[in-house]
Amino acid sequence: MEFSELIRTGQAQAELLRGPEAPPLRGTLCVTGHHLLLSPGPQATPDLWLLLLRSVDSIEKRVAGDSGTITLRCKDLRVLQLDIEGVEATLNIARSIEALSSLESVITSFPFFYRPKGLRLGDAWHFHPPERYYKRVARETNAWRLSEANEDFSLCPSYPRAVIVPRAVDDDALARSARFRQGGRFPVLSYHHAPSRTVLLRSSQPLTGPQKRRCAEDEALLRAVLAGSRPGARGFIVDTRSAQTAKQARMTGGGTEAKAAYLGWKRLHRPLERGRPLQESFVHLVEACGDLEQSMDHWLSRLAGCRWLAHVKEALSTACLAAQGMEREGACILVHGAEGTDSTLLVTSLAQLILDPSSRTMAGFQELVEREWIQAGHPFQLRCAHSAFSHAHPKHEAPTFLLFLDCVWQLGRQFPLSLEFGEGMLLALFDHAYASPFGTFLCNSEQERPVSALDPST
Amino acid sequence: MEHIRTTKVEQVKLLDRFSSSNKALTGTLYLTATHLLFIDSHQKETWILHHHIASVEKLALTTSGCPLVIQCKNFRTVHFIVPRERDCHDIYNSLLQLSKQAKYEDLYAFSYNPKQNDSERRRGWQLIDLAEEYQRMGVPNSNWQLSDANRDYKICETYPKELYVPRIASKPIIVGSSKFRSKGRFPVLSYYHQSKEAAICRCSQPLSGFSARCLEDEHLLQAISKANPANRYMYVVDTRPRLNAMANRAAGKGYENEDNYSNIRFQFVGIENIHVMRSSLQRLLEVSGTRGLSVGDLYSGLQSSGWLRHVQAVLGAAVVLAKAVTTESASVLVHCSDGWDRTSQVCSLGSLLLDPYYRTVRGFMVLIEKDWISFGHKFSERCGHLDGDPKEVSPVFTQFLECVWHLTEQFPQAFEFNEAFLLQIHEHIHSCQFGNFIGNCQKEREELKLKEKTYSLWPFLLEDREKYLNPLYRPQAQEFAVLEPNTVSFNFKFWRNMYHQFDRTLHPRQSVFNIVVNMNEQNKQLENDIKDLESQIKKRKNKQADGVLTKELLNSVRPESPMLKTSLCFKEQTLLPGNDALRTIDSSNPADNRYSEYAEEFSKPDPAVVSLEYGVARMTC
Repeated sequence: MEFSELIRTGQAQAELLRGPEAPPLRGTLCVTGHHLLLSPGPQATPDLWLLLLRSVDSIEKRVAGDSGTITLRCKDLRVLQLDIEGVEATLNIARSIEALSSLESVITSFPFFYRPKGLRLGDAWHFHPPERYYKRVARETNAWRLSEANEDFSLCPSYPRAVIVPRAVDDDALARSARFRQGGRFPVLSYHHAPSRTVLLRSSQPLTGPQKRRCAEDEALLRAVLAGSRPGARGFIVDTRSAQTAKQARMTGGGTEAKAAYLGWKRLHRPLERGRPLQESFVHLVEACGDLEQSMDHWLSRLAGCRWLAHVKEALSTACLAAQGMEREGACILVHGAEGTDSTLLVTSLAQLILDPSSRTMAGFQELVEREWIQAGHPFQLRCAHSAFSHAHPKHEAPTFLLFLDCVWQLGRQFPLSLEFGEGMLLALFDHAYASPFGTFLCNSEQERPVSALDPST
Repeated sequence: MEHIRTTKVEQVKLLDRFSSSNKALTGTLYLTATHLLFIDSHQKETWILHHHIASVEKLALTTSGCPLVIQCKNFRTVHFIVPRERDCHDIYNSLLQLSKQAKYEDLYAFSYNPKQNDSERRRGWQLIDLAEEYQRMGVPNSNWQLSDANRDYKICETYPKELYVPRIASKPIIVGSSKFRSKGRFPVLSYYHQSKEAAICRCSQPLSGFSARCLEDEHLLQAISKANPANRYMYVVDTRPRLNAMANRAAGKGYENEDNYSNIRFQFVGIENIHVMRSSLQRLLEVSGTRGLSVGDLYSGLQSSGWLRHVQAVLGAAVVLAKAVTTESASVLVHCSDGWDRTSQVCSLGSLLLDPYYRTVRGFMVLIEKDWISFGHKFSERCGHLDGDPKEVSPVFTQFLECVWHLTEQFPQAFEFNEAFLLQIHEHIHSCQFGNFIGNCQKEREELKLKEKTYSLWPFLLEDREKYLNPLYRPQAQEFAVLEPNTVSFNFKFWRNMYHQFDRTLHPRQSVFNIVVNMNEQNKQLENDIKDLESQIKKRKNKQADGVLTKELLNSVRPESPMLKTSLCFKEQTLLPGNDALRTIDSSNPADNRYSEYAEEFSKPDPAVVSLEYGVARMTC
């Protein structure tokens, strides 16, 4: 497919308004395959303004007289206004932007065309492979091994090739446990806490179903976890759904671990919001923040009404619970929700941030994001397809990753001396997760990435 | 003394407001003439001044003893459990008596003795001189003069003796105008902006009723606008909501009619009265004091209390003032009903925005002394120093401090003082330890002979100046000459360090402020070292140069040089730990102790407490 088919008018005279702080910019507007360019002309300052089309979340056009206005709302929550001369040009440009910003195919996206200077392709990919983290775990304990049972993604399409599992469990048992878990996400090690010799695991819900099925291998796996930890350790299963929802999940084949079947494990329910309600909360928050003229009462009631901060608090307190369980109670923790790709990752990654000093460094945090979000199969492409302004009905969109970033920021507020990185790092991650010239956050899982040949071409 | 029935009770438990009750401190409670003292088993002392006690409450008897809840004016809440009910009853009754004094002479300030002699005391009172301050502003000048009309407090009892009025306003005009203003508080100068030649003036509401006019008052306002050669028009800002002002007309008071006064622009800014403020803060404290508060409840509580809305309104009014002066060079006349609550807030905040001097430690003292103390903000009634009408108590000054705090949050580099300074001032408006805030106006203070019998707070604050300095302060920065705060709703947040200053469990456990202060100190130390070394090198070079000239001198240099060397080595040794400390601040080292400390802290036995931005949502896992 050629981008030129989608570009109806390449150029037009336009004026850009970037909000109250920045002065308006006048010049020639130019639509390319991936960018919107505004060049102020040869005589003016050479500062060229550029916008990645993928970061356009919604577009609104209005025509008055012989000029038109396009309002672009970006995924990084910027609002831009373009005044364009000529009705025809306005409509054409709006249509082009609309078409180009909502391209579905991954292959055509900009990261495949982006070539930063001085960087060779493939260099920085697999900066933090699972093997590297395993080496660290292996130094601390002998009870775990790196399994390549998922080499061809047959056990679990959303896990990376190599995962860390108890040494006592062989690959066949893993395969059977995987069949017992939704999406094949059997319990794997997320973090080993050396000071208390406990571990943090994550998985998806067991497929107990209405008949209350059991799986001997799955039970053995969790037993092996306790055996591999310090003697007499107990286990807690943190379910990120309410007891009610977990029970209802049985009707659709899911469910929770039965108390009797898993000796030494105790189940705790900590309902965390996910999916639609979270996205709606995000949309309401952004709406509330966009209104500068509102009264104090209105603002406070909208802030309370959007419940975003309540979600932040819930996520942090669940992570605190997991961290306290490991540090103080000396217990192993297994975290899962339904699919184990959203709130589960939120809890495990925050718990690590709370427990592990090395994850609070710049490099450590990057590794954490890579390991717990990208490799662990958070479906970035589905979750971050649209931001708060989109009119499209959200199906899979949910700002779980943003919620994580917000939680990290809150930790930074409380412990201003403990994080090596600043707010800028979190903001940059947010921008790149939603629209980026880099391929890091593309696709949904490790399996899809090779399929689209991400490594060699972005 | 006759009120104290028990001086010492043992085995008293002190409960933490926000953690579970099994973590109580046990200790001994002492009752002295001025303080309530609790010493726990770790020998940690908690002092509570009797004047700080706002209310004492005895709760129903429980199995462990008799609970006693004390609420303080500085927002401390303590919860004791006294094992025997009789003891509890005695303490309760004593505190009730001691916390409410009937006479000024019984207040702490009259017995407080900080070991200063009389001349020191006198100097302390002379530290802040308002005449000097008006001179700094540039008055008297060709347009403004000092008036002695109120020399014996005849025209207005609640104004100070020295008042600045337009030069062309004659005494009959002043007297006439004062008769037309509530409580005789006629328009006088509060702040003069030298370069714009514009003035901020203050007064009380006119007794206009539905149709009354007063020519003298009209003349006086005209004189004020004429005293400003830059702009003929002046603003008259009524800080009340329009409805309240209208209602006052029925009582023969009201507001200026634009038709009767030439050259004025009249405007309401809608700040609520003291009663609304009092119940608003009460509601806020109720909400923030709830245990296990959810985020939703916190924000709906914040909203329903309306406190932040009021703070926004006060700050918004100050912005109106500052804008009128800076952009239009216009003079402004501010009033509310009596002109001592909202007017004081708005005038002082307006001056604070306009003049960087008031953002220094000393300047802020001057500002309080000028716009609050001298112009008769009724500190004793508003703070409830004496057992009086509870309806007169209102947190007007607290609200002013909160506005200043919001400004320090928005402009962290513009203020010489820090939050601790504001908290300390707030502490002392209620403490009655010093004479500054006792009484309701200058006349009353003179009658009480405060300057002879009590001490002034300011020298004591200046003594601890280091403690109150803001390490980020940049006095020369031009961009902070006039502050233009953003009063959009999301810039306002709950002031945790004021309303929860004694609930240590709610505070972050790391302080950037301390680190910055330490770093500054180290830098200073290192710079001094460099200077030392440089001067020594210079000395040595000079001596060597001399030595070339005379051989005898060269000999005398020699014995000195080894000494210089040793001192150099010594300096290097002292430098090293300094560098180390800097490196740890860098926090790039993951093996740093602080990290493990953090993990430990986080898993403290009490429920993890996490306070969220904009508020104090607590979470208990």
